[in-house]
Amino acid sequence: MGEVIVVTSGKGGVGKTTTVANIGTGLAAEGYKVVLVDTDIGLRNLDVVMGLENRIVYDIVDVVSGNCRLKQALIKDKRFEELYLLPAAQTKDKTAISMEQMKELCANLKNDFDYVIIDCPAGIEMGFKNAIAGAEKAIVVTTPEVSAVRDADRIIGLLEANDLEEPKLIINRIRPDMVKRGDMMDIDDMIEILAIDLLGVVPEDELIVISTNKGEPAVLEKTSKAGQAYKNISLRITGENVPLMHLESHAGIMKKLRKLLGV
Amino acid sequence: MLEFLQRVLGKSFSSKKIAKERLRLVLLHDRTCLTPEILDSLKGDLIQVISRYMVIDEKNLDVSLNTEDESVALVANIPILKVKQIS
Ligand SMILES: Nc1ncnc2c1ncn2[C@@H]1O[C@H](COP(=O)(O)OP(=O)(O)OP(=O)(O)O)[C@@H](O)[C@H]1O
Ligand SMILES: [Mg+2]
Repeated sequence: MGEVIVVTSGKGGVGKTTTVANIGTGLAAEGYKVVLVDTDIGLRNLDVVMGLENRIVYDIVDVVSGNCRLKQALIKDKRFEELYLLPAAQTKDKTAISMEQMKELCANLKNDFDYVIIDCPAGIEMGFKNAIAGAEKAIVVTTPEVSAVRDADRIIGLLEANDLEEPKLIINRIRPDMVKRGDMMDIDDMIEILAIDLLGVVPEDELIVISTNKGEPAVLEKTSKAGQAYKNISLRITGENVPLMHLESHAGIMKKLRKLLGV
Repeated sequence: MLEFLQRVLGKSFSSKKIAKERLRLVLLHDRTCLTPEILDSLKGDLIQVISRYMVIDEKNLDVSLNTEDESVALVANIPILKVKQIS
């Protein structure tokens, strides 16, 4: 019996889809059976980030409305045998699926996969409610900006109100140089404000854009810091205790340095 | 507000500190999600309780949320017309 994890944020464009593609691929690389579910109906994106856009025949709405069998709609990844994508519908709207249908879908997928990872649309409306309906665990993605953190706080409240207790935080697009200058909130600041557990920190990284251009998740790229951060996050999801990367604990190092120098 | 922050934070002034302080305040407000309906119902209850002890001017009664620099406060302004004699 697998685990259903939803990746949310509230604010749009902070890196949900990137996160789903990378941790999904990261988990598959570790040998797990994984299915990624794109619930961003009307704004399908996970397919292109995964490089699978040319293989789509059926979509999630076809599945829940009985136009096809679940197996027919699942698209097999190019790189991993046991990694699949269930794409969102592009031409329908968010009312094409109900919460009940989502619950049933997740329950079915859970039987066949170790991890069911759901890419949630931005916002707190129907699309969000559908995306979390069948989930057992939640990840909240934010960037170190006031508006993104504020929306993350709102989402955390809504998740808890819907019995998704103890969501975990991913801080994306952190820039160590700006943190060092004091012009970007650091990890501790955001943990303190949001009062939830940290799952990982992903730095701003050009290779994310490059890998999205190519349709190959950065987690497979050994030279990418963001990719390595996503690899660590994948391992933490499996229960491994992986410490934060060097760059991720910048603030801590600075503190130690200051202590050492006595300033 | 910015001036106040600059004063409080002194020399170690950075945009990160402003961000953090602004977030703290905005979340304080967001998290106390008292809707106008809840506030109205609270008002009704207050009137009921207080009326046991005094006659109040219900029309000019005001219950609202005030944001101070550091916190959110429930402020009630209740004009008293007469204190009841309780035996
Ligand atoms: N760590 C990073 N470094 C650099 N660019 C990034 C990083 N994370 C995400 N991006 C870029 O930010 C953009 C938005 O990312 P993404 O599509 O994953 O966000 P989203 O939360 O899914 O957006 P939406 O709310 O629209 O679904 C993309 O162009 C992506 O390449
Ligand atoms: Mg997305």
